[in-house]
Amino acid sequence: MPIEHAIEAEGLRKSYKDVEALAGVDLAVPPGTVLGLLGPNGAGKTTSVRILTTLLPPDGGRARVAGLDVVKDATELRSRIGLAGQYAAVDENLTGAENLEMVGRLYHLPKGEPRRRAAELLERFDLTEAGDRLVRTYSGGMRRRLDLAAALVAEPPVLFLDEPTTGLDPRSRIGLWETIEGRVAEGTTVMLTTQYLDEADRLADRIAVIDRGRVIAEGTADELKDQVGGERLDITLERDSDAERAISALAPIAGDRPTMSDGLLRMPVRERRGAIAEAVRRLNEAGIGIDDVAMRRPTLDDVFLTLTGHAAEADGEEEGER
Amino acid sequence: MTNLRHTISDTLVLAWRAAMRIPRAPDLLLAFTVQPVMFVLLFVYVFGGAISTPGFDYVDFLMPGIIVQTMAFGGFVTALGLAEDLKKGLIDRFRSLPMSRAAVLAGRTIADIGTNLISIVIMIVVGVIAGFSFSAPATHVLAGILLLLLFGYAFSWVFAFIGLSSSSPEASQSVGFILIFPLTFVSSAFVPVDSMPSALQAFAEVNPFTTTVEAMRALFLGTPAGNDVWAAVLWSIGIAVFFAVLSVHRYKRATAR
Repeated sequence: MPIEHAIEAEGLRKSYKDVEALAGVDLAVPPGTVLGLLGPNGAGKTTSVRILTTLLPPDGGRARVAGLDVVKDATELRSRIGLAGQYAAVDENLTGAENLEMVGRLYHLPKGEPRRRAAELLERFDLTEAGDRLVRTYSGGMRRRLDLAAALVAEPPVLFLDEPTTGLDPRSRIGLWETIEGRVAEGTTVMLTTQYLDEADRLADRIAVIDRGRVIAEGTADELKDQVGGERLDITLERDSDAERAISALAPIAGDRPTMSDGLLRMPVRERRGAIAEAVRRLNEAGIGIDDVAMRRPTLDDVFLTLTGHAAEADGEEEGER
Repeated sequence: MTNLRHTISDTLVLAWRAAMRIPRAPDLLLAFTVQPVMFVLLFVYVFGGAISTPGFDYVDFLMPGIIVQTMAFGGFVTALGLAEDLKKGLIDRFRSLPMSRAAVLAGRTIADIGTNLISIVIMIVVGVIAGFSFSAPATHVLAGILLLLLFGYAFSWVFAFIGLSSSSPEASQSVGFILIFPLTFVSSAFVPVDSMPSALQAFAEVNPFTTTVEAMRALFLGTPAGNDVWAAVLWSIGIAVFFAVLSVHRYKRATAR
């Protein structure tokens, strides 16, 4: 029996006028896991989310969410999903509690349930104190928390989060991450778009890298990192003038010729096991002083740069400092 | 059955939400109160003396017309609200919920009926202070108020369409005013139609504003009604249905910008 995916898309295409936003996107997310959709601005992340949440019809391809077709079963599908978008989509002139109750009523929860869920979510999101205040008095972080709470009102089995932490301060980001991890631990399937690599690294079980409307790589963070290249040793020497001698001493155990730049000697590792000890022994034998040695894995930033030929994050558009 | 029940409850939830805006952000209330009052005073005391309206005191001629104009603009709250909802991503949220596709629009337009009623009361009070008097039976006056609310409701749908079609809340407001102001002025609302150049006259005579203003004069002042009242009702229903269909169609495709 084939695995029923919580989210699956096949060859999704979408164009706006003459701009091709999606050029054939395939995705498959097993239930209870997090897929990180990683890509720069304009890569097609939001368009993918909009198609999967029934906001936009695809021009081509098929997609099913929670076993329901995004076009044919759109109405039924909407009761199985929660969406938190790039904006804090909450009403400024209502209180936090009123916002959540409104969403609960619009999900047609049984009588009394919207109020109960609202109180519960305010509590969980640390908004109980602010629950009776108008949202326009909330900080950006509080609005985002309320927005995410609104997406959880009906406890949907599938959650779509479109850049949930863009523009948040570091403390609020971590708080939001913990909440998302909590939902996943309870069995919710999450599709998360982000342009922050550390966010994908931390939250996503699998990552799909999207660029110019196509998924150009897919796998776990480790698999993607391995695609780009293995580990390396970063060695800081006591004296930069030892660089040439150090390179010749290390060359026999290096995967590729070590390089020296900015006072740091970088040595690609051929065999991880024992690499540090062996390097230190060889440098000692050559009488070269060492300040620091560290094993480094490529970051998702390296992955992104290698895969797309450009950096993941657009220049200075984000308000939040990472 | 479930569907109909959900549509009604969704619409009520969203009408409640739209109405909450008034006490919560009372600056919007100025638009319903101060602006129409200013218009009444301006026309009665500044322009009124220069406009000849045979058979009427100017204030009696003016009040039905100016209330009709105010009704037409009452829907701007809907345009503004929808344009803001689009901008802030709320429409995306609502469209991702298992709720009726018409409820967001119907909720807002229904909430406009409440604010329009506030405007009518204020205008009539100010009009009476400025010298206006009803000269028709109370039942006709009541029917007149209902017609005003129906006409205002129709224009809320015009504004709903404008709000969903504009690039920003600010744009929705200017587009609304630019489209509707000329329509209200090239009508019998402020001056007798026969004082206009003949090309404008031809337009003013078929303008639904003229029809509705004449219907209101019949219902408030007891002038001969002809077919004006029924024609005004039909115009209102036609405008409401036409723009409701267009707006719902547009809503189903609307996403945050």
